[in-house]
Amino acid sequence: MAMLEVKDLEVNYGVIKAIKGVSFEVNEGEVISLIGANGAGKTTILHAVSGLINKAAGSVTFEGKDITKLPAHKIVYMGMSHVPEGRRVFAQLTVLENLKLGAYTRKDKTEIEETLKKVYTSFPRLEERKNQLAGTLSGGEQQMLAMGRALMAHPTLILMDEPSMGLSPIFVEEIFNIIKEISASGTTVLLVEQNAKKALSISDRAYVLETGNITLSGDAKTLMNDESVKKAYLGE
Amino acid sequence: MSFLNYLINGVSLGSVYAIIALGYTMVYGIAKMLNFAHGDVIMVGGFVVFTLSTRMGLSPVAAVLISIVVCTCLGMTIERIAYKPLRSATSLAVLITAIGVSYFLQNLALILFGSDIKLFTSVVKVKPLVIADGQITITGETIVTIIACMIIMIVLTTFIKKTKAGQAMLAVSEDKGAAELMGVNVNATISLTFAIGSGLAAIAGVLLCSAYPSLNPYTGSMPGIKAFVAAVFGGIGSIPGALIGGILLGVIESLSKSYISSQMADAIVFSVLIIVLLVKPTGLLGKKISEKV
Repeated sequence: MAMLEVKDLEVNYGVIKAIKGVSFEVNEGEVISLIGANGAGKTTILHAVSGLINKAAGSVTFEGKDITKLPAHKIVYMGMSHVPEGRRVFAQLTVLENLKLGAYTRKDKTEIEETLKKVYTSFPRLEERKNQLAGTLSGGEQQMLAMGRALMAHPTLILMDEPSMGLSPIFVEEIFNIIKEISASGTTVLLVEQNAKKALSISDRAYVLETGNITLSGDAKTLMNDESVKKAYLGE
Repeated sequence: MSFLNYLINGVSLGSVYAIIALGYTMVYGIAKMLNFAHGDVIMVGGFVVFTLSTRMGLSPVAAVLISIVVCTCLGMTIERIAYKPLRSATSLAVLITAIGVSYFLQNLALILFGSDIKLFTSVVKVKPLVIADGQITITGETIVTIIACMIIMIVLTTFIKKTKAGQAMLAVSEDKGAAELMGVNVNATISLTFAIGSGLAAIAGVLLCSAYPSLNPYTGSMPGIKAFVAAVFGGIGSIPGALIGGILLGVIESLSKSYISSQMADAIVFSVLIIVLLVKPTGLLGKKISEKV
């Protein structure tokens, strides 16, 4: 059974049908990418999965439980964390306060401390700047904070929305290395990216999204060599 | 020496404004709405204490505690019934609803208690402090008000800085969606904010009525508006701003009454607001939102 199963998902913005019946699944331990152009509906799908927006039709099942109608704050408790597009760190709070909010769903203080140590090991920069206001960090550092914050919840599945957006090439490289590490440590990853080449290079499988529909799916390596994918998304 | 007397009176009045302003500023910061019914919760707090203490002879402390509970519940009920259904409505719709709630509370009090002014028996039993050979007299009400304001500020700041619920409030005030992704129940957080604000309004009501012992259904509206001015003055959304704005406003009002004209005092207070907003639109401690992208 898949860890996350999305079935015939439809999402409307007013009268506009943004997602027109999308189905996909994520198995435990996988890195799955949703790739597609701007406006294809990638972010909308993630928002629908994590409960931030209402679904018009379809169902979302997470670890065997139907979460279609659950609000976002309850889904987090089940072990799904969402790193939103544009980072959305709490700018007026310090780095440490942001990270602690990431562990909002957890009670055991010593366990939280352990996770904090792990996050600091993955992102040494966050430890250096733990008392700095999050709003004063650079874009790349904010992305690290957003990822660290999500990891603080100790999720089994992490959704990442455009983690490389607007970052310098060095940071992009670093962010993708960290995603690989997150995956290696046993967390399942659902990744949304415009940087299709990078995304496919670290993914097991991928789904190609076009104006609210999945048009192609399969093994990431196969998709990388697919002529239409190459033309449309890899710039070759 | 009379200057010092006026100044102390001003700080005391300002402390009441500050306590009321906290309710405005917290609700604005977290729910992004102006709760114009907030002033009338003060009046409700006053009437609860009046009924229990002055009329029924209950001990003042018990009456004040019951009043805080009543107002806390009232605030949460108002939020649940009147504002929550409008969560995704335009801010104008919410504002009009708040004004409606304000009139509703005033008229309810009018039906229950009539329009005549009630004489409120002060709940403060502290003796006045006379210093400098009797040239300065600080009333018990003044002492209690200023101390209460300081305690409230310290407790509230600590609560927000140190507790999970407090941090959740800050998170919701910055980004509701991101807060929800942390597992924060946004509706419960907004409800908590109304509860705290309204509980503080009850305290403010009691302090206000103890210092100025007359009570009628409109008692809360002018202090409510002035506290709103204080909140904007200090920078709406900012808790230290509410304190500074409230106290400055009280001092300006007290000094204007004493040295310029008691009729002009309110006009002067509102003029100060206009000037501050012209010079610094975000208020004294208002946050200038600048984020790196």
